[in-house]
Amino acid sequence: MPSHLTRRMFLQTAGTLTAASGLDLQAATPPRELKIAHTTQTRSVCPYCAVGCSVVIHTLGDKARNVTPTVVHVEGDPESPINRGTLCSKGIGLKEFIVNDQRLTRPLYRAPGAAEWTPISWEDAFERMARLIKHTRDRGFETEDAEGRRVNRLANVGLIGGCTDTNEINFLLSKFRFGLGILSYENQARL
Amino acid sequence: MTNGWTDVANTDVVLVMGGNPAENHPVGFRFVMEAKRNRKAKLVCIDPRFNRTAALSDCYVPIRAGSDIAYLGGLIHYALSRKLYHADYVRLHTNASFLIQEGFDFSEGYFSGWDAEKKSYNKSTWQYELDSKGYAKVDATLEHPRSVFQLMQKHYTRYTAAQVAAICGCTAEDFSRSAEIICSTGKPDRRGTVLYALGWTQHSHSVQLIHTAAMLQLLLGNIGVPGGGVNAQRGHSNIQGATDMGGWDTLPGYLKVPQAQQTSLQAYLKDATPKPLRPDAMNYWSNAPKFMVSLLKSYYGDHATKGNDFGYHYLPKIGPVDNHSWGYLFDKMYAGAMEGLISFGMNPVANGPNSPKMIKALGKLKWLIVAENFETETAAFWNAQKLAAKEYPAVDDPTRVGTEVFLLPAACFAEKDGAFVNSSRWVQWKDAAVDPPGVAKRDQEIIGRLFLKLRELYEKEGGATPEPLVRMNWNYANPSSPSLEEVAKEINGREIDSPRQVSSFGELKEDGSTLCGNWLYSGSFTEAGNMMARRGQADPTGLGFFPDWSWNWPANRRVLYNRASADSEGKPWDPARSGIRWDGKKWVGDVPDTKADAPPDNFGAFIMLREGVAKLFAPDFTEGPFPEHYEPAESPVENALHPTVSSNPLAKIFHSDLDPLGTSKDYPYVALTYRLTEHFHYWTKHVKASSALQPRFFVELPEELAREKGIESGNRVRVRSARGAVEGQALVTRRVRPLKVNGRVVYQVGLPIHWGFVGRVKGPLINNLSPSVLDPNSGTPEYKGFLVNVEKV
Repeated sequence: MPSHLTRRMFLQTAGTLTAASGLDLQAATPPRELKIAHTTQTRSVCPYCAVGCSVVIHTLGDKARNVTPTVVHVEGDPESPINRGTLCSKGIGLKEFIVNDQRLTRPLYRAPGAAEWTPISWEDAFERMARLIKHTRDRGFETEDAEGRRVNRLANVGLIGGCTDTNEINFLLSKFRFGLGILSYENQARL
Repeated sequence: MTNGWTDVANTDVVLVMGGNPAENHPVGFRFVMEAKRNRKAKLVCIDPRFNRTAALSDCYVPIRAGSDIAYLGGLIHYALSRKLYHADYVRLHTNASFLIQEGFDFSEGYFSGWDAEKKSYNKSTWQYELDSKGYAKVDATLEHPRSVFQLMQKHYTRYTAAQVAAICGCTAEDFSRSAEIICSTGKPDRRGTVLYALGWTQHSHSVQLIHTAAMLQLLLGNIGVPGGGVNAQRGHSNIQGATDMGGWDTLPGYLKVPQAQQTSLQAYLKDATPKPLRPDAMNYWSNAPKFMVSLLKSYYGDHATKGNDFGYHYLPKIGPVDNHSWGYLFDKMYAGAMEGLISFGMNPVANGPNSPKMIKALGKLKWLIVAENFETETAAFWNAQKLAAKEYPAVDDPTRVGTEVFLLPAACFAEKDGAFVNSSRWVQWKDAAVDPPGVAKRDQEIIGRLFLKLRELYEKEGGATPEPLVRMNWNYANPSSPSLEEVAKEINGREIDSPRQVSSFGELKEDGSTLCGNWLYSGSFTEAGNMMARRGQADPTGLGFFPDWSWNWPANRRVLYNRASADSEGKPWDPARSGIRWDGKKWVGDVPDTKADAPPDNFGAFIMLREGVAKLFAPDFTEGPFPEHYEPAESPVENALHPTVSSNPLAKIFHSDLDPLGTSKDYPYVALTYRLTEHFHYWTKHVKASSALQPRFFVELPEELAREKGIESGNRVRVRSARGAVEGQALVTRRVRPLKVNGRVVYQVGLPIHWGFVGRVKGPLINNLSPSVLDPNSGTPEYKGFLVNVEKV
């Protein structure tokens, strides 16, 4: 036995030993194949509380043609010194967060005064959003303050979010923010 | 955290206050249990509710929400008056010996320098007395009456056990029992850790509260040592990283957003580059110019040159008294002064404070863009009348809401790679497992495409000062959806010409030859590769450092301020739990938080501070250099120490017509807003498993109060504040005891927060109740400890 035995290795070895032992298992109900027997494993980190438990995300279909890979299981990563394979009751349900029929799958638009959403294409959405942002920035941008000092700032737009987004996305947001000159830049950290 | 989750296993005493790790950070809590099991550590839990952390504690003391400064001040007094503090540590590693100028005083609720007209402090009497070289004068005996040590001792004389009991609602005996355990860690071979969360941060005196905890831990010698620390249990997977990457007044890496009067880079750097206050202070912020210029090169690339101040002028400048934080943003929005809001995954209607004000505020916008995984209360705010008519009778019907809204389907964590930073500052890289569903896009693509579209419009049509936008460096290999690995390398920093990734922030230059997105992260993605993706299992010191698992800032140093773990000769206070020690030539152990080959007497342990040592007395804060007990803005009692200055005189209170404050006459009970193990914030009401485990909102009522009102478990009750109301089933409990506060009985009411008007399970938004009251230093709203009334429906 290797000195560092993972749970996966143990289960694989146990399976082999049973077969080699010559026990008559035909009469007994054969064990169900592990649902993760053929999955691709991806290493990730739980998006919830900031303990930073590592998770293993199991997907099926990545190696097949014409099949959209789907997540079939999420479990704690046994190698993490933080959680050692465990997860709390939120983390255990992560698969149902990822694969969830309430997930938004296409852009939606609500016109002024409307009582419902209508679908909009990404192309139209980017066009319209950029137009609105530019119009607002052109109206509200302050190049110089009352004392003639260069201030290059925009007070009438707010940009919020990022606490469950990665560092790199937050850094891109900072470039977006400073490109426009936005003053009101906030996230959950303050709350 | 100054320390980290795994380090908690090294402690002798865990003080949990303002947090509930057994329920809200359950996997992190396992390190508390390991300390109990393996080291016979004691768990002390001070909390308004007898929660699951309390159930596992060795000592539980119930207190009134909002009275924590009184309790911690009492612990300081206990440690000082019984000489339980770590004297050698205090002398060597804190500003206890520093002398304060003549004229410093505290009296009748105010520190010296209070201007009643301006309602602010003139801080001139809060300054150190300086010598001719500009260094602070010190008295190593700690006996000078104007030494920080003597002033601190004097300030906390009022915080006796009896006074603490009267304010907090506990007994003097319980307080003293907890104090004996906590202050036992003042011995060099005993350690104590402090774990806290939003029960501390969500008050109008929160920053001072945490300052009090830092003072206590410094007095006990618990900072910079394995098993010690002041440890914030943060609440979201990358709230730490998002903080590190900047806020309304900070640039990435905690540099400040420039102000209008800093009209040149030189003027900015002069203010940003502090002078040392002691000859042995390393004063590491003196390197600010290297960090700032490298950041400007990252932002503006070839448009940042020596000749144009490295593009400094492109950055927005804030007015010196401006505040653009959350509370101010939404108050302005409610007043009609904002045109647009872009939200990447945030839900202001649910987050509050004051959800009815949030809904109205969003209705005043011209446009709203929300990138999300689910349709949230914020995305659907315009439909609140249909979705929650009873709860929001005053809300407009959709035909009267003119806001144009875009709801963009975005990827979730499993569909993006990149790094999350946990509370321990460990920067853990993750890979993407699948693509987002339908035509949902990754956030980097949404940001990239929007940025490029805007730049295209400005390049084609011109408009208001396009330069900051068109000169922002976006030279990614795939600009419409930048690779996060590419961005991670930029954040780490590199020598531009070679190009070579830097291995540490020590290699950054101020001459424009290096670029760096965030100096704290230098070393995270070097020439050797992505350090954040490492999976090393070794733990050579046995202290839970795991130095080869992932990477943490700064410089992969697991415990901050670890020079303080050794005495004046570099010998560890406790050899069994050594942070770093001096071997005659260099410091060994953890990555040293000082110059690796500098002898022990060269530098003070706190290299980022001008003092070179930690601040017991801290003139930086708005309302005083020492924390003082102030009541929440809505309180059931007067301040027992100074009734005429009951709450924080500098708390920011908003006065829109939707922001009335209530008094105890109409709202006699104290609200305890809290979280459940099974739910994450306002998110998991969209997740089947979590919703099945905790489907319904409930109100925790003390037995005695329920009896008074004829309420039984299961009865429907309404909880009201001056702002709004929520309704739900009562859960009558013994977990929340009535408290005797200065002779009066005070009831506290428990309110879990996780529901809203959209989701698989629905319920009222708790922030219908909360007030728009902010801590003046941090801008954090007072979500806990406000006043409510309860009645049977």
